[in-house]
Amino acid sequence: MDGPAPLFRMEGVSKSYGGVRALDQADLTISAGRVHAILGENGAGKSTLIKVMAGVVAPDGGRMTMEGRDVAFATPAAAQAAGIACIFQELSLVPELSVADNILINRPPKRFGLIDRRRQRQMAEAALARAGATDIHPRTPVKDLPLSRRQMVEIAKALARDPRILILDEATSALTAADVERVLTLLRRLRDEGLALAYISHRMHEIAEISDDCTIFRNGRNVATYLAGTKSHDEVVELMIGREYRHVFPPKPAPRRQGGPPRLELRGLSWTNRLKDISLTASAGEIVGLGGLDGQGQRELLLALFGALTGLTGEIRIEGTPVGIGSPRQAKGKRLGMALIPEDRKTEGLMLPMSVGQNLSFAALDDHARFGIIDRSGEARAIKEAIDALSIKVAKVAMPVASLSGGNQQKVVIGKWLMTAPRIILLNDPTRGIDVGTKQEIYGLLRRLADADAAIVFYSTDYAELIGCCDRVLVLYDGRVKRTLVGDEITEKALIASALNLDFGGAPAERAPERAS
Amino acid sequence: MREWRFWLAENRSTLAAFAIFIAMFWIYVGNHPAGFTANVVQTAANKGVLLALVAMAQTMVVITAGIDLSVGMTFVLCNCLASQLLAGDAWRTGVGLVLVLAAGAACGAVNGLLVIFGRLQPIVATIASGAIYFGLALWLRPDPGGASDFNSDFADLFTGKLWGKIPASLVTLAAVALVVWFPFSRSAIGRTAYAVGSSELSAYMSGAPVRAAKFLVYTLAGLLAGLGGVFLTFLTYSGEASAANGGTYTLYSIAAVVLGGVSLFGGSGSAIGAIFGALAFRAIGDLLFVFDIEPLWQPLFQGMVLLASVSIGATRLIGVRNRLDLFG
Repeated sequence: MDGPAPLFRMEGVSKSYGGVRALDQADLTISAGRVHAILGENGAGKSTLIKVMAGVVAPDGGRMTMEGRDVAFATPAAAQAAGIACIFQELSLVPELSVADNILINRPPKRFGLIDRRRQRQMAEAALARAGATDIHPRTPVKDLPLSRRQMVEIAKALARDPRILILDEATSALTAADVERVLTLLRRLRDEGLALAYISHRMHEIAEISDDCTIFRNGRNVATYLAGTKSHDEVVELMIGREYRHVFPPKPAPRRQGGPPRLELRGLSWTNRLKDISLTASAGEIVGLGGLDGQGQRELLLALFGALTGLTGEIRIEGTPVGIGSPRQAKGKRLGMALIPEDRKTEGLMLPMSVGQNLSFAALDDHARFGIIDRSGEARAIKEAIDALSIKVAKVAMPVASLSGGNQQKVVIGKWLMTAPRIILLNDPTRGIDVGTKQEIYGLLRRLADADAAIVFYSTDYAELIGCCDRVLVLYDGRVKRTLVGDEITEKALIASALNLDFGGAPAERAPERAS
Repeated sequence: MREWRFWLAENRSTLAAFAIFIAMFWIYVGNHPAGFTANVVQTAANKGVLLALVAMAQTMVVITAGIDLSVGMTFVLCNCLASQLLAGDAWRTGVGLVLVLAAGAACGAVNGLLVIFGRLQPIVATIASGAIYFGLALWLRPDPGGASDFNSDFADLFTGKLWGKIPASLVTLAAVALVVWFPFSRSAIGRTAYAVGSSELSAYMSGAPVRAAKFLVYTLAGLLAGLGGVFLTFLTYSGEASAANGGTYTLYSIAAVVLGGVSLFGGSGSAIGAIFGALAFRAIGDLLFVFDIEPLWQPLFQGMVLLASVSIGATRLIGVRNRLDLFG
């Protein structure tokens, strides 16, 4: 590669979580005064790569050098001391503290052992000025700032450490178009000052606009490094494809001819600025997938259907009748017959200290109670049926659910909802973090449920799952349905291209007019 | 594992509280000059039942990971009300009893509404409401005393002995546990209360009646604390708006709940454990009496017993290998 001598280099770095290889012999070279974009689909290893660089995760093997010298970061503090600053996707600010406190939270200036507030304020002002955010007063509590301003504070906080390498992980995903422009201008200035920047984004036009070098990751490995602007969108998508199909999926039946209205129908559903004019139908016997990059409104859409969001506009129809869904309790009722298998089973799906049995019967408890008192033998029978039906591996139903493996915990969450005999099943990335065997059982189960006349809406971050399981896939981008793929149209290439908001056969490196609203 | 071992694991904390109580009571009667006689047991029971009722009230709220700092004041308010209303003939006394208990339940219901709809933190809501309840008690009864026609026969029914042996107060306590706690712990809404304490978000996303469960536990807490106040009136025939009493019973109820194995983080424990916690806590005072130790030492010993038993309960933390589990 042209340009100055590399500042940072990693060679053959690997990292496994359990049996999953997140990084597999990855190489990356970053030079001072250049912006290096890192691309890849969900789960390609980008996040792990950054965590290794930032000292959050220790690699299993490989070597890293800075200016030719070997380095190893045991802690985030060690990486920072070496001059690597990282701006993570999730904001790392303490909301109750002021902007100045946050910017210098790691090493506030001291005087006689106490924090020198005046100097801290001067330093914070300097950092904010460098980040081009002079409109933010250092004494404002962070919680009073809108999200886009917080992101600027985050950048100022990173700059206050005077880094030599700045890593930005989806740093612009929360920003409005005008703010993105300001951040990009700032990044160009920092690059010209001699910083090395690693830039992770799913927004292709931002990458085209700012990057000098690009590296594409796939399956935890860097598969291509090239100078920005030398590859077309088609080539980029081709390089990102190629996750191995490790799963076995049940065969898809031929589409049924439906009489009457669909089980579930959405017309122009909108919510704040996260869901925009979404229309969707799901018929009995159908598995409808939600695709796209993580965080494009899929989760909100499922929560909206399950009555957890207020202030929705648009129409939800069930069996052709317009309905209002005010709460999860109403959604699961016999009239609507919905179930939502949530994303985070530990906080939203399970009561961890309670027993397997109590968790399983909890959603359907009303069915097992007479005059409010639980019919214990009826409950025990139903629990046993669920455990058998899902083949949950548990010694005794009285064991706390926290003692089960992740896969079995997820089966408990699914079993809990199947006990309510739902007619519409919503799933929010149900196979995340569970083993392959359980995944396959879940795929088979979903198809059997659909054949047994349920309508299923299935969000997954794993494209292979969407391809293997779904009869139809709606790809969301920025809260809108970007594209609907049916049957044979559901290919990895089509999924990735629409997830990245690219049109097929698009010209290389051309700026898409996005976020015009 | 066998079935009984799970039962043991589930009820371990309740059994521990029971064991502590038995041990203390054993030492107490063993050293009492009169020994194990009906009168000794009756006196101990009458004192213990007061705290046991208030501790049951506290348990209800603590199960949902909340706390009720107004139980002591509800107790005092109902004591003052009862000293006025439990008077006259049987019929009037009966109506009076219903009114006092309704007032207790209403105090709890107000707490529930503050927490659910006011979205106040339980600790703050109940400090404020408790102060108000105490103010009402003071207004009702500026000076200690009772109604001139107080129905002391009725009161004696609950504080005397059945068949000359069994303390009536213990029978009443058992009856209350049977009528209030037993159905609650087996009901769908009771299960929801535990679920709220374990993970309110999971409970809500499961479509459980979260609000109804919270409202119920606060209302039941008020009712039980009110019943405690009624019992105090049975013992003294009078009412007193005593700030010291209110504060003491609130704090002791929390101590009894902890001693009884109810987790302050919510989601586990039972009112039965709290009852034994309360009886054990009360037994400490009696122990000092039989060993002829100054009553002034009582708080010190109570503190030490509480600390010791909680420390024993926390020994499992020594085995924790993942430090993050300590925060769970």
